[in-house]
Parts: sequence; C-alpha cells; structure tokens
Amino acid sequence: MSVLSVQGLGKSFGGVRAVSDVSFSVAPGEMLALIGPNGAGKSTLFNMVGGQLQPDAGSVTLGGATISGLGPRAVARQGVGRTFQITATFGSMTVRENVQMAILSHRREIWRFWRPAAERFGDEADALLAQVGLEVQAERATGVLAYGDLKRLELAVALGNAPRLLLMDEPTAGMAPAERVALMQLTRRLATERGIAVLFTEHDMDVVFDVADRILVLDRGALIAEGDGPAIRANPAVRAVYLGTGSGGH
Amino acid sequence: MSSILPQLLTGLATASSLFLISAGLTIIFGVSRIVNFSHGSLMMLGAYIGWSILTRLPREPEWFALGILATALATALIGVVLEMAVLRRVYRSPELFQLLATFGVVLIIQDVTLLLWGPTELPLPRPRWLRGFVEVAGSRFPLYDLVLIAIGPLVLGLLWLALNRTRWGTLVRAATLDREMVAALGVDQRRLFTSVFALGAGLAGLGGALSLPNASANLGIDLSVIADAFVVVVVGGLGSLPGAFLASVLIGVLQAFGIVLVPKITLVLVFLVMAVVLVFRPNGLLGRPQTEAREATVAAPVVRPAPPALRLLGAAALALAVAAPFIVGGYYLTVLTDACVAILFAASLHFMMGPGGMASFGHAAWFGIGAYAAGLLLHWAGAPMPLGLLAAPVAAGIVSGLFGWFVVRLSGVYLAMLTLAFAQIAWAVSFQWVEVTGGDNGLLGVWPPDWARDPRPYYWMALALSVGVALLLRRALYAPYGYALRAARDSAPRARAIGLDVERLRIVALVIAGAACGLGGAIFAYGKGGVFPTYISIPHSVEALLMVLLGGLQTVAGPIIGALVYTGLADILVRSTDLWRLVLGAVIVVLVVAFPEGIAGAVRRLWLRGREA
Repeated sequence: MSVLSVQGLGKSFGGVRAVSDVSFSVAPGEMLALIGPNGAGKSTLFNMVGGQLQPDAGSVTLGGATISGLGPRAVARQGVGRTFQITATFGSMTVRENVQMAILSHRREIWRFWRPAAERFGDEADALLAQVGLEVQAERATGVLAYGDLKRLELAVALGNAPRLLLMDEPTAGMAPAERVALMQLTRRLATERGIAVLFTEHDMDVVFDVADRILVLDRGALIAEGDGPAIRANPAVRAVYLGTGSGGH
Repeated sequence: MSSILPQLLTGLATASSLFLISAGLTIIFGVSRIVNFSHGSLMMLGAYIGWSILTRLPREPEWFALGILATALATALIGVVLEMAVLRRVYRSPELFQLLATFGVVLIIQDVTLLLWGPTELPLPRPRWLRGFVEVAGSRFPLYDLVLIAIGPLVLGLLWLALNRTRWGTLVRAATLDREMVAALGVDQRRLFTSVFALGAGLAGLGGALSLPNASANLGIDLSVIADAFVVVVVGGLGSLPGAFLASVLIGVLQAFGIVLVPKITLVLVFLVMAVVLVFRPNGLLGRPQTEAREATVAAPVVRPAPPALRLLGAAALALAVAAPFIVGGYYLTVLTDACVAILFAASLHFMMGPGGMASFGHAAWFGIGAYAAGLLLHWAGAPMPLGLLAAPVAAGIVSGLFGWFVVRLSGVYLAMLTLAFAQIAWAVSFQWVEVTGGDNGLLGVWPPDWARDPRPYYWMALALSVGVALLLRRALYAPYGYALRAARDSAPRARAIGLDVERLRIVALVIAGAACGLGGAIFAYGKGGVFPTYISIPHSVEALLMVLLGGLQTVAGPIIGALVYTGLADILVRSTDLWRLVLGAVIVVLVVAFPEGIAGAVRRLWLRGREA
C-alpha cells in the first residue's frame, strides 16, 4: 500500500510542457529520489505534489484521498511535511518554539488567545529536537544557527506535523559533503522508524545512491527511468542525458 | 448624450494631472524602492513656486510655458537636495522607516511653505488666453483643459524615449529590475538615484504648476494629492510607467462621470475600482510581482517575555498612573487621559504591524470609525456611553475585517498605501456627508453620563480600559494565536507548510487591531465631547506610526513607551512653538537616521549586548 500515488500528472506553462504524464508512487518508510538535469521539471512536479502549483492533468492521492487541487496549507493538513531548498524558519522564535509552532498547528491549537504558547508541547518539541540532535540548542535563536543545524531544524519542524509524506526540495543544497550524508542518513533513520514516505530532489549523486531506495529520472518533463541505484547507473537512457556527461553532478 | 464627450475630456484632463504626479512616484519607487510620501509636498511646492514665478512674468503664453518649465527645474533642484540630505541616508533602513522619513519631510515642507507664502490660498490670475473656450460637440470646453490632455501623453512619450533610448534610461530600467546587479556592475548608484529623484520631483513640480490655472496654491495639496497618487500607482502597478498612465486615465474618467452621475459616492467609486483591480490583479494592471531584495534583511530578534525588572517598572508606573488624579489635576489629567487613548492607538497598530507584519498608514480610520460609531449612536439614537463604548470596537472591527478581506493577500508596500487611501476615503465621507456626520463641524455634545463627566472618574475609566485592552493584546501575542501570526510574518511559505492559514490569521489580526483602535476612538470622543473629521486625518494616522516606531516594533512594551513619550513630546511641542510641524518633522528624520530600531529596540539591544551568543 503506497502513501503517495501520482497518476498521469502534467503541467504546461504557456505552451511549454514542463511535466507530462508522470506516474509513480511511494511506500511508507521508502526514500524516493527525484533526479534529472536542470529544467527537467523536478521543481514543477514537486510543487504540484506540495500544492504550490495546480496540475493541468492527472491526480495526486495521499493514502487514497485526492490532494491535487488543494493549496499548500490544505496539503499540509493532510499530513505532508516539507523542507525548502532555501531554509525557511521562524526567525523571531527560538529553536524549540519553531517546533512547538508545528505541533500546535498539528493539534489544532492555533486559535487560542489565552494560555501562553511557550507552555504547550515543550516536551514533545524537545523530544523531536533530540531526534535530530538539536536538543542543546533549543533555547537559541534560529538566526544564529549554523546552516546544517537549520536544515535539521526544518526536519524537526516538518516532523512536528506528524507527516505521512515528507517532501524535501534539494535538502542538502549549500551543505558541506560530510554534512550532506549525515543529514540524509538521519532522514533515512527517521523515515524507517516512523514509516514516513520521503520524496526528495537532489543534485548530489553520492547522496542519492547512498540513501535512496528508488530513483526516478526526469528529463524534459517526462519520466525516462525508474529503479534502484544499480539499475539507474546501468540504464543507457539515463547515462545519455545525465550521468554520461561524466561530471558526476549535472 | 451630448454631455458625454465634454465629460470624457474633463476626465482626460484630470488624468493628465494624475499621471504627472504618479509618474514621478512610480519611477522613484522602481529604482530606489522608496515610497515617497513627500511627493505630494513636492507638487505643492511646485504650485507655490509656480505662482511666485508666473505672477512676476509677462502674461503671454510663451512666458507661461517658460515659467512652468522654470518651476519644474526648481522643484527638481529641491529634489536633489532632499535626496542627498535625507533619502540617501535611509536606503538601507527598513521600508517603514523610509516612509516615515519622507513623512518627516512632509511636515517640514508644510511649515516652510506656510512661513514663506502664508496661510491664504493663492489663486493665479488667469490671463485672457487661459480663459479661452473651444466648441466641442455643441458645448464650450476650456482650452486649457485641452492643453492638459495633450501634456499627459507628451510626458509619457518623452519619458519613454528617455528610458528606452538613452544610456541613463537603460541603467534606470536595469536598476528597477535588479538593483544589486546594477551595483555589482560598477554603476554609481548615488548619481543614478539622485537623478531619478530629481526627475520625479521635477514632474511633481510640473504637475503642481500646471494645476494652478484650474485650482490654486494651497496648503492642502500635499496630502490630498498623495492619496490620489497612491491609488493610481497601486492600480497601475508599482514601478510601471504605462500602468500609471492607464490607471490615471481610468480613474480620471471615472471621476469625471461619477461626479455627474452620483456625486456623493465618487470617492467610494474610486476605492471600489481599486478593490476590483486588486482582487483580479494583485500587482496592479501592469505591475510585476515584487522581487525580494537580496540584501540580507535584519532578522527580527527572538521575542521573549519582558525581564522581571521591566515588569516591576511597569507595575510601578501603573500604580503611579492610578494615583495620578490625587497628585495632578485639571489640564494634566486631560493629557493623561489622552495618553491612555494613545496607548490603545499605538498598541493596536503595533499588534498588526509588529507581530502581524502589516504596516498601516491609515490607522486613524479605525479610530475615527469607532469615534463616529459612538457619536452617531448618541446623536441619532440617544444611545448611552456604555453602549457606544461597545458599539465602537464592533463597528471598527467589522469594517477592518471587510477591508482586510480585500487587502490581506497584498505585499507590504501595497497594503500600507491602501490603508492610507482607505483612511483618506473614510475621512472624505465624514467630511462630505454633512447631513449625517455634520461635516467639518463634526458631531457635538458627545458627553459621557454624569457619573463619568468629572475628569477624575473619566480618567480612571480610560486608564482601566486602555491598560486592560493592552494587556489582553499582550496575552494574545504570547498565546498560540500570536505565535502563529508571528510565524506567518517570519515565513509565510513555512507557515503554510505546517498548515497555518496565513490569510485568516492576518484578517483576524486586522479585526482585533481595528476593534481595539475603535475603542480608543470612542474613549477619545466622549472625553472631548465631540467627533470631527480630523480624527481620521492622515497626520493622525502618522501619529500612531510615530508612537509605534518610536517605541520599536520588536518589543511588546515598545508601543506603550512610544505612546507615552510621543504624547509628552507633542504636548510640550504644541504648547511651546507654532512651528511644531517643522520641529516634529526634523525630529522624525533625525530619529529615523539615528535609531532605525526605535527607542525600546535600542535600549533592548544595549541591554542584551553580550548576552546572546
């Protein structure tokens, strides 16, 4: 039983087909990498799943319920967590408060005007922070965190929503190579423990082959290959458009 | 049917004037990202300078044209001085402080103009050729209006040539698209900005001088024109010259026909047009979505509850305030009551502007709506004060909620400009709807019942209400709702990604802020015994901004400190000098340049120095 199921998804921008007829699914606990050269349609596809863009064709279902056509907020409410390529956190709050915010939203406690928010779900937030290794920094402002720590905070915030599906757009962009692998292995562990399906885009092939269970390759809006690491490495079509350039990256 | 063509021509003449003023505003914004509040003041200066030049010249058409050009040149020079003395120093400040600095300039120019030209209106004696008429479709049409109609497209054409056929124009267009990149390419930004500002100022001066034959030079030009120009620029799309022209024509023509068909609702009509345009095209007719400035914006500091020392200080101040009627009396008690109202005024604005991230240049609208709700209920239905004090926040809250529904999706600058336009319309309604509101004379006899008529009990009531509401607002800010509101401000995409309804959070913030402010308006009305259009005036809105920015946006105690400091300063200032606008304006400009984070923010930074890693 898959968590996310995408069927025949398509999107055009003024006559240019950015994504056409893409179908795939992600199972609980599975890490699915979405790769492809620049302009392949990764971001468009990603934003259609996350609700930032509305598809022209096809459907996105989460646990059997259709989520295509919903906005980002409603998609989040259905149990989709998300991290951004450029980290987005709440700068006027401490690390712990960032996570508390996500839990408050998840537990539908936003529209309360009396009890201080700081007293709610502090322990739960600390538990999540401990899982990503940020517990000692709980009291700090997010503005003073190192970049890698910000990425881990985003992960903890996304987990605060108790997601069934986690969308990670270029999760390791801007990080040092050693940090990249550490962050994705942490994600790998959390996904397995919590049965979260993870869909991520990634430019670093080492990271992709290291952590992804399955890989989707997108080129000019169409899915050209799907499979595990060795299968993708051996796929001639992928080698031609992507790996065959010999750069290792893109 | 025969009146359609002349009416259309009248509309087009209005459109030309609107275009001259908004063209400068939109070009300056495009390049410097500054919304120049003092643009209307430059037009006013153009009218006065034009009057002084034209009345000294021979009255032939060629001398008239020369005088107009000389005026434009003079205001352009004033623009250069302004840019170098003030704006250049605030390009890196937060948006709001830039607006505030230009408002300081508005105040300074007001008093300087008053000093130089005196308080009376100065009409331009019109020579014979200016009074000429042409026969259009069977009716007489003023020749001068035809000249105006031609000038609009002419200026648009010249600007287009300058922007598209010169190296300077290429740089201006490049800077409008990407300021940082132009700087990185080694272009001298200072000269570019100064020249653009001079051009905008010159256009404003041109508009001012050209308006003379149909109007006069008077001290009301600055604020009435800036509200119109904001509407035009917002409808056309910020930074878009053709958009400004299109919007000028649309609004000019609509006004011309509106006056004939439904004279009373012309202003409301303009606002409706704006609302419709923004609902369908949030960036205006020809506007582009705003690109985020790439310069690192100063991250808002972490909000933490006040330290115990400050709480102790607050409690002591409150005790002192409660005991005040036993210590001081008469006049000072009135000032203290005003201070209570100011606390509500500032705290409510801070609520939407600080944690809510929605700046307002028309906060007095809610104040006035509250005051008028109470006053009208008393005047027309004989409702007693308690009912009025209840109705005021309800009325203000409902209207601010409706307003919020239209504007909540807009970016900061648009929102700030629309709040100003809305307040200006509320002001015009209170001013023009004489049968109901009493117009300029206001509603009199809005007194509290006997038990509260003495200054002492009234002061205590005002104190209890204002401190009570301020504490409630504070409570809400530390509750989950307040955190969510702040989250939406810090990062809207992140807020949505965790399931927060950003728009709804903001509308509710507007309702709360509007209601609290409306209560302040009602308290003020009963305290003064009347309601007047000045409650909704732009200077009053700016007072609220000043209080909040004086105190700083990032602390909850800030607006209260700002309200107290401002009330005290204003009282001293108004009583000690006739030139209070000049002094206040200068103080604003200096404060903005020296303390970009407000008084409370500066104190807080000193307090925290070395405590945060």
